[in-house]
Amino acid sequence: MSEVGTARLRKEDARLLTGQTRWTDNIDAPGLLHLAVLRSPMAHARIDRVDVSAALERPGVVAAFSGADLAPDLGSLPCAWPVTEDIVLPEHPPIAVDEVRYAGDPVAVVVARDRYTAADALEAVEVEYTPLPPVLDLEAALAEGAPLVHSDKGTNRCYDWPLRTGEDFAAVRQRAEVTLKRRYHQQRLIPNAMEPRAVVVTPVAASDEYTVYSSTQIPHILRVMLAVVTEVPEHRLRVVAPDVGGGFGSKLQVYGEEAITLAVARRLGRPVKWTESRSEGYLATHHGRGMIQDVEIAANRDGRLLGLKVDLLVDMGAYLMLVTPGIPILGAFMYPGIYKMRSYELGVTGVFTTRTPTDAYRGAGRPEATYAIERIMDELAVELGLDPVELRRRNWIRHEEFPYTTIAGLTYDSGNYEAATDKALALFDYDKLRAEQADRNQRGDTVRLGIGVSTYTEMCGLAPSRVLRDLRYAAGGWEAASVRMLPTGKVEVVTGTSPHGQGHVTCWSQIAADVLGVPFEDVQVVHGDTRAAPQGMDTYGSRSLVVGGTAVHQAATKVVDKARKVAAHLLEASERDLEFTDGVFSVKGSPDARRTIQEIAFETFTSHDLPDGVEPTINAGHLTDPDDFSYPHGTHLCAVEVDTETGQTRIRSYVAVDDVGRVINPMIVEGQVHGGLAQGIAQALYEEAVYDDEGNLVSGTMADYLVPSAPDLPEFVTERARTPATTNPLGVKGVGEAGTIASTPAVVGAVVDALRPLGVRDLRMPCTPERVWQALKEASA
Amino acid sequence: MIPPSFEYARPGSVEETVRVLSEGGEDAKVLAGGQSLLPLLRLRLAFPELVVDVGRVPGLAGVREEGTTLVVGAMTTHHDVVRDPLVRRHAGLLAAATAGVGDPAVRHRGTLGGSLAHADPAGDLPAVVLALDAELIAAGPGGRRAIPAREFFVDYLQSALEPDELLVEIRIPKTDGWGFHYEKFHRSAQSWAVVGVAALVRRDDGHIAEARIGLTNMGSTPLRATATEEALPGSGDTRAVARAAESAATGTRPPRDLSGSPEYREHLARVLTRRAVLAAAGTG
Amino acid sequence: MTRISVKVDGTVYQDEVEPRLLLIHYLRDRLGLTGTPIGCDTSNCGVCTVDLDGASVKSCSVLAVQADGGEVTTVEGLATDGEWTGLQRAFHERHALQCGYCTPGMLMAARDLLRENPHPTPDEVRHALEGNLCRCTGYQNIVRAVLAAAETAGQGAAT
Repeated sequence: MSEVGTARLRKEDARLLTGQTRWTDNIDAPGLLHLAVLRSPMAHARIDRVDVSAALERPGVVAAFSGADLAPDLGSLPCAWPVTEDIVLPEHPPIAVDEVRYAGDPVAVVVARDRYTAADALEAVEVEYTPLPPVLDLEAALAEGAPLVHSDKGTNRCYDWPLRTGEDFAAVRQRAEVTLKRRYHQQRLIPNAMEPRAVVVTPVAASDEYTVYSSTQIPHILRVMLAVVTEVPEHRLRVVAPDVGGGFGSKLQVYGEEAITLAVARRLGRPVKWTESRSEGYLATHHGRGMIQDVEIAANRDGRLLGLKVDLLVDMGAYLMLVTPGIPILGAFMYPGIYKMRSYELGVTGVFTTRTPTDAYRGAGRPEATYAIERIMDELAVELGLDPVELRRRNWIRHEEFPYTTIAGLTYDSGNYEAATDKALALFDYDKLRAEQADRNQRGDTVRLGIGVSTYTEMCGLAPSRVLRDLRYAAGGWEAASVRMLPTGKVEVVTGTSPHGQGHVTCWSQIAADVLGVPFEDVQVVHGDTRAAPQGMDTYGSRSLVVGGTAVHQAATKVVDKARKVAAHLLEASERDLEFTDGVFSVKGSPDARRTIQEIAFETFTSHDLPDGVEPTINAGHLTDPDDFSYPHGTHLCAVEVDTETGQTRIRSYVAVDDVGRVINPMIVEGQVHGGLAQGIAQALYEEAVYDDEGNLVSGTMADYLVPSAPDLPEFVTERARTPATTNPLGVKGVGEAGTIASTPAVVGAVVDALRPLGVRDLRMPCTPERVWQALKEASA
Repeated sequence: MIPPSFEYARPGSVEETVRVLSEGGEDAKVLAGGQSLLPLLRLRLAFPELVVDVGRVPGLAGVREEGTTLVVGAMTTHHDVVRDPLVRRHAGLLAAATAGVGDPAVRHRGTLGGSLAHADPAGDLPAVVLALDAELIAAGPGGRRAIPAREFFVDYLQSALEPDELLVEIRIPKTDGWGFHYEKFHRSAQSWAVVGVAALVRRDDGHIAEARIGLTNMGSTPLRATATEEALPGSGDTRAVARAAESAATGTRPPRDLSGSPEYREHLARVLTRRAVLAAAGTG
Repeated sequence: MTRISVKVDGTVYQDEVEPRLLLIHYLRDRLGLTGTPIGCDTSNCGVCTVDLDGASVKSCSVLAVQADGGEVTTVEGLATDGEWTGLQRAFHERHALQCGYCTPGMLMAARDLLRENPHPTPDEVRHALEGNLCRCTGYQNIVRAVLAAAETAGQGAAT
């Protein structure tokens, strides 16, 4: 019997399919009050006056506070990743006190008996502002005399983070036969988890205890941070992530509203709820991406890469949130991708602007890196007259070369780029599509065909705590699990990961069922509540399976080891003579002498007959701190048709072959890939947070920010290559971000490939019809 | 987000509606299917003091024939318009264009009259009734009056309806025997038309005898591509149609927004007009 | 305040409501029927889709007073005696949900489609769901599930 590798249907589904859900906004409590946030309508202004008195007079309004009113109860929101020693770390009050620094910065809150009354009362709050100049352009922001986002800091430059490895790039460039330089723009994206954020805080006022329900990916980290920000002692805080409707990094955050709601509930001694509306979330929930990439590549005429130089200007937004400065650092080691080279230079500069802060969004740094290297590889192939797949072949790490330490200093433990690519090319029918493309080009067809390729890798499984220390990340990278055998033989797995759609309950059940030899149905998984699952580092960065799943595996293994002692005693045999198969201990050579692990659980519960010195439990916990990252990879191929008259792109076919190592549940893996692809394609073709010259978010509602719906996306062909990871006992690599990381360059590469015969060399994302039309017009001029 | 407070009236007849609207004056707003009004209220972009729900007024929904005219009740939902056999037979352009309005749930609630009275030049249906040379019938304190589609759309989100008038029906000259096509160009399935072209073509002996072309989102109101309409008669092949379509943007003043610049829209109008006419003529 | 009477998932409710109260807030905040979530303010996302008098509607774009005298079915009213509908089963079997936030709306929109078009093509399914956003699945398994439910229903099971 093996659960692992089986497409088990999800345990999570039943309540989600029948509406028996527990979204944070569903949570009610006696006397619950509703909090609404008044936000700055301006990108940058001094606050001259906030007057909440008229709001307070409205019927049903219980309280109203300005930033100054709440300031004594609220510290600065935390940044847990100060990437350099001399990073500029501005104060970040959860509600602005003196100055607003982005459109959407909170300035006041009202608390009322229901959400309608609270919304109305916001209109009665009076605020006077003196406008200050917005800071929007990343390059202009660094110029001498530029207006400052944080005037007390004297600069908009947040940090410089350099990395130089291998030979000196300048020397390599000198002797290279070919060098190419490109500038790429990673537009700002709005994560758009389907569930808007919400917070409910229920206090026990008499004892200063609080339960915080939040739509968060990180209940454990949130608990620590809220204790710091609000000075509610950590042991009196319980944080619960109930059903969470997607995150994609946007709920890997410690938000002002979480601290504010807690502080207000504490002041009022009553339960308080805040729920964002979608358009409010577009301003208040962090954005992703947002950087300018200057990329230079050096190679020989035969296509052999020599070196890579990358300079990044990264839009931090107005404040540093939980891991804002670290996002490009997560990508820093990935720019060389799967390719061998002798020199690598990277410079990252973080820049403050008067826009919503940026932070993690699915892939977090790695999509940006993959985009840059894969796009410039396409350009190099054109320059050298090579097929883009062939150029990649000439440079990638061959499968017999693993483990391989890259120029960026990472050691890729495993992989087989040849196998994934060969499979993808066959599924895609590459040669046939190339022939059709040539035919269309020759005929001068108004609809052109383009092919894009992405041979990506990524680093997953955050992460070895020591590496995180070296990167100046404030927390560790371990993950916790415990496995409890209940008296009736049923099993509770407690995990420190905090799922929000990924299917941990199902997959962790599969892992535990296999190790313990119990039925899948007999396993329950407990998560997302700091009281029930007290230890954890939560869910982000494709870490849950690699680190958290491993912890489950190890904890379950410990349970078996403890049960073995009891079994040996009961069976009057030595441990060495016991076999354990499918949940049954038996004595070698006497098959009738057997006890199931579930029976052992009951024996342990009664403790009537345990060996001397043995604790009356077989429960066990484990904290996993991996030695290294894991490195999923794959080859994605995309064919697009571009209507050269309207500029519209249609994806005709998309093939993804991913190597995510050993697979726990192939159905769930496929689903993760599909969703990842959709988001990567969305960056390539549809989505962009657009600001006007005053710093207002113009794409401020779902009607303006184009999240693709079903007709906008193709039917994907997905397959897998299988090279188990060697850095964890499960052999798993992580899959949550692969599709997003891989697909964006494949799609943009395809669009550019379609238009190259017409003179187009590059396109900015998203490749909107108008941008395509404009590029064609300029090319023909 | 949450709508602001308003008074609510649910009249039981057209006459009562008109009376309530008269009393409400400029601050009253008619609620038909609500698919345009409710998002505006929720974003607090509109603050009516009185919302007059005409959802229960009898006789406003449904389709009937009157000789050479097809009469569509203002409260006929998009869903019903798309499926109505009379509309499909006599005003196929309207059925075809309505099938692409919003999404199925929006089409269940949204009404033809509601989307015309909203007078959004980015909406698909204003350009369609303009191309159909429809008449819009308004009921007011002084009785009913017919407003030609050409005069109905006054400006951005502004119709010729007086505050105390209710749009009750849309009278469409039957277009039996005409070819038709609505060419909608949008960036994603959900998004509004960057440009749309509603084309009606009558053919005679292999040539285009007459064409009527409505343009969506090419100005502050829906527009007719007059120059192209004049150039098309006599066109017998693709090249002639393409030539005529070159003047599709003449006289338009398209907006600039997130989905397109005026220049791009002008370009699209030419391309889409060619495609729409060819499709309507059955040669596309 | 306006008095309304609405039948929701088989139960008749009579309430005094503010005219501006949205149907979604009536369901969630007044009736405690939190199975139907809310996801946007522009009627783009479709998570709040319910059935009103036999047709799918976005309950964020309908006033509670407009539903007066009507009959509403939400995701909570789909299963009968714990027996899932064909669509619910198909969504489960085809892994058509991840976080599940869009699922109530998807189920209601798909149900509406199959009522009108019991044998849709994949393309028709995609277009019928264009008013419902999902950020997790890339839609592929949702389309598969709807097609599978249609096929099963063709063999006699209820959707």
